[in-house]
Amino acid sequence: MRERKHVFQNIDWILIALWLILVLFGWINIYASVYNPENFSIFDLSQRYGKQMLWIIAAIALGFMIILIDPKFFNQFSYLIYFLILLILISVLLFGKEVAGSKSWFQIGSFALQPAEFMKFATSLALAHFLSTQEKTLTTLRSKFFATVIIMVPAALVLLQNDTGSALVFTAFILVLYRFGLSGNIFVIGFVAIFLGVLALLLSTVVQKIILIGILLIPAIVIVLMMKKTFRNIAKITGVVVLIVVYIFSVDFAFSKLQPHQQIRIKVLLNMESDPQGAGYNVLQSKIAVGSGGFSGKGFLNGTQTKFDFVPEQSTDFIFCTVGEEWGFVGSFLVVALFTFLLIRLVLAAERQRSLSSKIYGYSVASILFFHFTINLGMVLGLLPVIGIPLPFFSYGGSSLWAFTILLFIFIRQDAERMQLL
Amino acid sequence: MLRIIISPKYRNQMIKIRDKFENRKFIILAFFVGVFVIFIIRLVILQLLSDEYKELAENNTLRNLTIHPPRGLIYDRNGKEMVYNEAVYDLMVIPQQAKNIDTLELCRLLGIDKEGYIDRMKKAKKYSRYKASIFEKQISKENAAYLHEIIYRFPGFYFVSRSLRKYPKPIAAHLLGYIGEVNHNDIDKDSFYASGDYIGISGVERTYEKILRGRKGIEKLMVDNLNRVKGSFYDGRYDIPAVKGADLTIGIDMDLQEYAELLMQNKKGGIVAIEPSTGEILVLVSSPAYDPNMLVGRIRSKNYTSLQLDSLKPLMNRALISSYPPGSTFKLVQALIGQQEGVLFPHTTYGCQGGFHFGGLHVGCHSHSSPLNLEQSVQQSCNAYYCNVYRSIIDNNRYKNVKEGYRKWREYLLKMGFGRKFPTDLPYEKSGNIPSVEYYDRIYRGSWNSLTTISLAIGQGEILATPLQLANEAAFIANRGYYYNPHIIRRISDGRAIDSSFTKKQWTGIDAQYFETVVSGMAKVTQPGGTARIAQIDSFEVCGKTGTAQNPHGKDHSVFIAFAPRENPKIAIAVFIENSGFGGTWAAPISSLIIERYLKGYIPEKRKALELRMIEGNLLNQ
Repeated sequence: MRERKHVFQNIDWILIALWLILVLFGWINIYASVYNPENFSIFDLSQRYGKQMLWIIAAIALGFMIILIDPKFFNQFSYLIYFLILLILISVLLFGKEVAGSKSWFQIGSFALQPAEFMKFATSLALAHFLSTQEKTLTTLRSKFFATVIIMVPAALVLLQNDTGSALVFTAFILVLYRFGLSGNIFVIGFVAIFLGVLALLLSTVVQKIILIGILLIPAIVIVLMMKKTFRNIAKITGVVVLIVVYIFSVDFAFSKLQPHQQIRIKVLLNMESDPQGAGYNVLQSKIAVGSGGFSGKGFLNGTQTKFDFVPEQSTDFIFCTVGEEWGFVGSFLVVALFTFLLIRLVLAAERQRSLSSKIYGYSVASILFFHFTINLGMVLGLLPVIGIPLPFFSYGGSSLWAFTILLFIFIRQDAERMQLL
Repeated sequence: MLRIIISPKYRNQMIKIRDKFENRKFIILAFFVGVFVIFIIRLVILQLLSDEYKELAENNTLRNLTIHPPRGLIYDRNGKEMVYNEAVYDLMVIPQQAKNIDTLELCRLLGIDKEGYIDRMKKAKKYSRYKASIFEKQISKENAAYLHEIIYRFPGFYFVSRSLRKYPKPIAAHLLGYIGEVNHNDIDKDSFYASGDYIGISGVERTYEKILRGRKGIEKLMVDNLNRVKGSFYDGRYDIPAVKGADLTIGIDMDLQEYAELLMQNKKGGIVAIEPSTGEILVLVSSPAYDPNMLVGRIRSKNYTSLQLDSLKPLMNRALISSYPPGSTFKLVQALIGQQEGVLFPHTTYGCQGGFHFGGLHVGCHSHSSPLNLEQSVQQSCNAYYCNVYRSIIDNNRYKNVKEGYRKWREYLLKMGFGRKFPTDLPYEKSGNIPSVEYYDRIYRGSWNSLTTISLAIGQGEILATPLQLANEAAFIANRGYYYNPHIIRRISDGRAIDSSFTKKQWTGIDAQYFETVVSGMAKVTQPGGTARIAQIDSFEVCGKTGTAQNPHGKDHSVFIAFAPRENPKIAIAVFIENSGFGGTWAAPISSLIIERYLKGYIPEKRKALELRMIEGNLLNQ
């Protein structure tokens, strides 16, 4: 009893409050997005807001349960949980139900479950456990290798389910790995690759690409002139140049290997195509919805864009449209600020962990939420290509709500324990 | 504090190892803050700085359904319906929204084939993928009835009601005109119009387009992205109700018009009848004519082409466009000007020995007693008399030279409505021609006089007048000196006043006193001894004047102008019949039948034979 009281005293209530605010505000917006003046019973279980309410109640219960569980449980059984959910992921590939081209759902009665959502916290747990038990985190090749495997295997399985968005989420762990020792060059390489990739796509002709390479050669030559002209250095620069040239010319090929809808989504973002009713439809509609909100929004339930099915997926991936339209800049700012606050709070909380495992797990939580938040809002605001992943806590859907709740609450529970470990 | 037994493995973890990567938390936090800043900037741009999305949002959810008001109707002077509307439906399509529809079913319902569907869709897409364009136009009420019920099954398709013109009687096509779809020009010039709208192209439909068309309404409907109407926006608070076009009452007497057209069948020419006391046009016939119903709806373009190719030119409004030399009807004008100028008096006599002779110049005349006074000269239509009158006007000593005299003479004519267009409400009117001093200077190199232009005296030569101008001549003589600009409009249903130039007396510059001799001469024209006894009718005194317009290409054109009764005239008329010879044979009897029909409402038994002869006469092959 005494211990339990202790736990509740040490719980980070701010995190819980942030979680609750986001969940409830999300629910309000789901209600608004499917609101129909002729049928406005909040408890209508045939409607999404009715279902979401049930799931919120279940999520609260789930969160409470997690608080009651000894955090050592998650640590000790992390691999078990990881392999169990991995197994479910494999079975969903074999027996799952195909929804909109993705075979990532399990149908249990009238309830559909998306195991990929739960894979995120399982991977976080496994990664945290693995890294914390290494003699030297991420300095040995072995630790790097296994860390990569722990992340890549579920990502690959999710990709096989044809759920590209969810698979991409696993790249969020790069942030975690970076924090715990992975070279920061990965970001430099990543940004350069994205930058050059986009340029190569925009410069469609070979001549244009050669001009690009010519421009890139100038700094290379400058560097060669300025640095010591050892064989090693020159070889390095040459290697980089060759790599870039090969990369630039292979972008088109790689791009052509993407699925058509993905190609179009990228092209729309890069303004290479602008069919507002075709591929760019989602983005345009969501920009219209958000943009039409103005400063103070159209008011609760007064949105027109999100109400009449203009915005697709308005209660799931595009839920932020409703915020933007009905609550305007004020509401949007609040949501963005709340998420940012949550993320910062998570990092600060992770930093105060004395258990390396909890610390890594905390960073994993922050990274995953950050990724979702960035990609989802980037998509809704037309800054990133359309990648169908939900806005954590906000979007409609039991699987994602529960998975994010579990993800967050395991950390809250671990955080509550931080004092005890000294 | 409770100590927990810790395994060595955990101990390893618990010992706070020096974290050499701790500073990287700042980089990670910087990422968070960076994304936060980017999103906020983006939100500021989208929500605060740009109105573009607000406008787009409006277009997105609100379908501004244009309500086309019914076009105003047209009634004749007695309140009889001349033009009414028939509702038809245009099937509109928004190509982008027309997805996942049962194409075959739609084709079957519309009675088109697959190619037809593809063609129409292609056309619509070419116009716009997102804006509605007409898929199938003018579907009749009957055919549309069933489609209406099930159109919801075809997203992207909806109906817009339109009205087509219908004419209870196949008459008055030229004056009523027709409507047709707007072209790019119309749309550019007037933002009122959108593709697929109708506009008056000729006749009354054209002149009174702005009155007849009414005001389009806009119904704001909330529509979802599948084109499903979700209800009216703010309970229709922002709707603009359509306002029906105002109805027109025109001066035409429909029965008389029908009768006149009947008389003119198988003849080429034009008739204009005017009510002298108002200037309202009672009858406006151009023959050959066509059934106005031919130029309505889907059959319009096909029929239009065939009418256009017709060698008899049925589309041409001869009453306003045909310019003929007015012939002897012009002598009345000379008589009036001469008197006003003080060079001619009722008692003035001129001799005529088979015509007018001066030097080598010779203007022939038919045989009649000689000499004649003014009244007799009208009755007999003596050419020589008017050659002398013309000369006395032009060569008047009051003016320093011939050109000044001619200029004065021409001035009178212009005042009378010759050689220029009236500000009438009938489009495409021709101005006729009264040659100017400059014109003669040019062709005679400055050396000309009254003899050079002597043919003008008897309405021949370069002088041209339209049937409308001749009818107006009859009208101002009937009024003894003034006229109203001839016009078709009588009343506008919304109480708007008609053009003030139609209600203002136009003075000819001839004093009333000078008309009496001319009028009594005209009255004698239809008396025994006159040139048009056939135009005489019982119990009304018809004042007329025959004319024959020389036609170098064939048989002469016959003209007759008249008004009746002599006092307080009710109708002034000009009848112009091509290739019919002397004015007394066709033009005069037809005029008199129209006058009689108008004044009495019937044709007496003894004139039935004449009537029949006129109706059955076929002059097309002359």
